Amino acid sequence: MRHLKQLLIILSISFAGEILSQYIPLGIPASIYGMVIMFTLLYAGSLKLENVKEVGDFLVGIMGIMFVPATVGIIDCWDVFSKSIWLYLIVIVVTTIVVMVVSGLVTQAIGRIEKRRGEGRDEA
Amino acid sequence: MKLEFLANSIYWAIVISLASYVFGDVLKRKFKIAVMNPILISVALTSVFLLATGSDYSQYKANSSLLSWLLTPATICLAIPLYEQLSVLKKNGLAIIVGIASGVLTSFLCILALALLFSLGHSEYVTLLPKSITTAIGIGLSEQNGGHVSITAVVIIMSGIVGNVASPFVLKILKITDPVAKGVAIGTSSHAIGTAKALEMGKVEGAVSSLCIVVAGIMTVIKVLLVRTII
Repeated sequence: MRHLKQLLIILSISFAGEILSQYIPLGIPASIYGMVIMFTLLYAGSLKLENVKEVGDFLVGIMGIMFVPATVGIIDCWDVFSKSIWLYLIVIVVTTIVVMVVSGLVTQAIGRIEKRRGEGRDEA
Repeated sequence: MKLEFLANSIYWAIVISLASYVFGDVLKRKFKIAVMNPILISVALTSVFLLATGSDYSQYKANSSLLSWLLTPATICLAIPLYEQLSVLKKNGLAIIVGIASGVLTSFLCILALALLFSLGHSEYVTLLPKSITTAIGIGLSEQNGGHVSITAVVIIMSGIVGNVASPFVLKILKITDPVAKGVAIGTSSHAIGTAKALEMGKVEGAVSSLCIVVAGIMTVIKVLLVRTII
């Protein structure tokens, strides 16, 4: 019963997110609204972590498999895709890695500056 | 060879997806090479299986819809690691936000530069534009702006897989060792699929990466709205 209750809470939040995404025309999907709702409820203390934890961790743990059906859809648009496959591959690989490098280095640099400042304050 | 019994089965689609995924996971553990990625292997084997048996994608899609259906609840549950690591997020708030913003801007400029270099048309450009953000938002953006939606989905997922596969090397080579910075790098460049790898690296990496899915997604929506109003 415990797991069923957890599932019920998670699905209810999904449902709430779905309603929001239908009524707010910003193109933000149900999952993002739902994530904000769940976080807010946990933060406010109205939802206890142990009431979603096990089923939630299970779902997060098996997330990879959930992307498979949509990706296999490549066999349906293969004609269009394969025409410029190299172009797409170059854009995908280059952009993903450049974004990873820039955002990672920027975050690390700012983190270090802040840390140094924090230490400076401690000494003063 | 067309297999008649597949047409009458409601289980084969999930069985083949799961079996190839588990097989991919076994290969990953055995060889410890990043290319041995369960998602990648599952997609490849399932596609080959569909083509070899002459099955329709539409039928596979209908029968495997449970897996896609779970994606929204699972994404919502990323709020759990987020909440558990709240103190780390608060302490590094500025670095995380600026890091994500720099990544979103870089993604924009990088795709624009490559589009100009390869002289892509508008529809190809908007098809590629949402590639680093989560599938659900990205598909909406592509659709609203006249992109090719199914290709956007594939491009987004492939970006996720590239991030998932390449992140350990890239982060190591560039000496990005801070867990918060690793999380931002992975989440901003490769959304939920990358986040799966970030969660393997550690709790902080996973939580930061989960946060990036939301923030980078919303920043991209705002940026596209801005660009559209200006142009």
